[in-house]
Amino acid sequence: MLKAAVAMALASLGATASAAEITVSAAASLTNAFKEIGAAFEKEHAGNKVLFNFAASDPLAQQIVKGAPVDVFASADQDAMDKADKLNLLAPGSRKNFASNSLVLIAPQHGRVAVTSLADVAQANVARITVGNPASVPVGRYTRAALEHAKLWAAVEPKLILGASVRQCLDYVSRGEVDAGFVYATDAAIVKDKVSVVATVPTGTAVTYPIAVIAAGPQAALGRRFADYVQSPAGQAILARYGFGKP
Amino acid sequence: MSLDPSAWIALKLSLKVACWATALDLLFGVALGYLLARKRFPGRELLDAALTLPMVMPPTVLGYYLLVLIGRNGAIGGWLQQFGINLIFTWQAAVIAAAVVAFPLVLKGARAAFESVDAQLEQAARVLGVPPFGVFLRVTLPLAWRGVLGGTLLAFARSMGEFGATLMVAGSIPGKTQTLSIAVYEAVQAGQDDHANLLVIVTSLVCMAVLVTANRLTPNRNPQA
Repeated sequence: MLKAAVAMALASLGATASAAEITVSAAASLTNAFKEIGAAFEKEHAGNKVLFNFAASDPLAQQIVKGAPVDVFASADQDAMDKADKLNLLAPGSRKNFASNSLVLIAPQHGRVAVTSLADVAQANVARITVGNPASVPVGRYTRAALEHAKLWAAVEPKLILGASVRQCLDYVSRGEVDAGFVYATDAAIVKDKVSVVATVPTGTAVTYPIAVIAAGPQAALGRRFADYVQSPAGQAILARYGFGKP
Repeated sequence: MSLDPSAWIALKLSLKVACWATALDLLFGVALGYLLARKRFPGRELLDAALTLPMVMPPTVLGYYLLVLIGRNGAIGGWLQQFGINLIFTWQAAVIAAAVVAFPLVLKGARAAFESVDAQLEQAARVLGVPPFGVFLRVTLPLAWRGVLGGTLLAFARSMGEFGATLMVAGSIPGKTQTLSIAVYEAVQAGQDDHANLLVIVTSLVCMAVLVTANRLTPNRNPQA
């Protein structure tokens, strides 16, 4: 035991006293912005490292529920965060909304079918539409709610290609494998050269991103500082640059 | 325990995909296995290695290759498009993915089985005036069939379990391309553990049944006197 402790202490020599690694599970749509926030955070907290785990929000919540050693969780909708919240896994008072986004309908830039309005998704020649699986991907839930409200869901449902995350849907559209897809405005902005935004889709509930510190996280204190950093002017500026709005 | 309809649909789809993939593998595996066992040509071992690659390559790499090849804008997919054939996100794409992944199992089994057939017996048949294809059908294949069948059953089991490449090229469309393994993935992602448990048990039972059958048919388990 003692030997191991000494070895570990020796191994961490050269790093600062507070050197630690935190694990942040974040919604796939946050990938680009959070990587940059992570780099900025590491610069400000020298010696500390931020490890990211990007995926659709629900699988991330499942991992936390099953005991994954995660310090911070940022999800793309309230449902996914509720799953961890209901089981009292969040550090009390740490849950805050930190960003907002909008839902857009996109089509491949040189698509086979012209998609020019939201109503076009009901047309027969628009044969394949990709969206995140509503059972596990927030963008799918936002889309289903919006299309149900617009009375288009029944027409769209048989054409759906369900993605495992919003980024998979984005990839399907960029490759032209589908005729249209629903993603966030910030995702569409990443591949402007390959996809075109057809319309912004009004959602019933606003697209807001909550962040929270996981109570049982191995580095909860540093996790709290990361969560604070995301909400600080520096973090918010990076998010704004990627197109995210204020919560 | 009763199966709910969606599990039934996924099971039936998995069986359909595995049957088609295995049939394709059997056809090409026997032909190429025989070629590799009996013919000497430059690049023979290289061909063997290339055909075995899908077994050791990460499913993501294979899925990407397939996506680039048979996608709408892919080399083969783009060409097929002009005939109105679209493979991506169809059950046929799942068959292709499963067939490619499981192919080495048939090939390896068939090659080893053909190599173990005594060439003198084939020569004897030829001397007696049997045409080449007849020798293959009436001498070589009957002597090698256990090895071929063992590999084929393993390929069937592997096809049943194929996941990564399938998800990439066939997607996850319930009732159309959502096979058992993909249904398990979706259930776990969504936190539906009860449904996942059921699907996992069904998958395990089917694969066990196939493996037990494969073991019984493998030559070294049943040495011929």
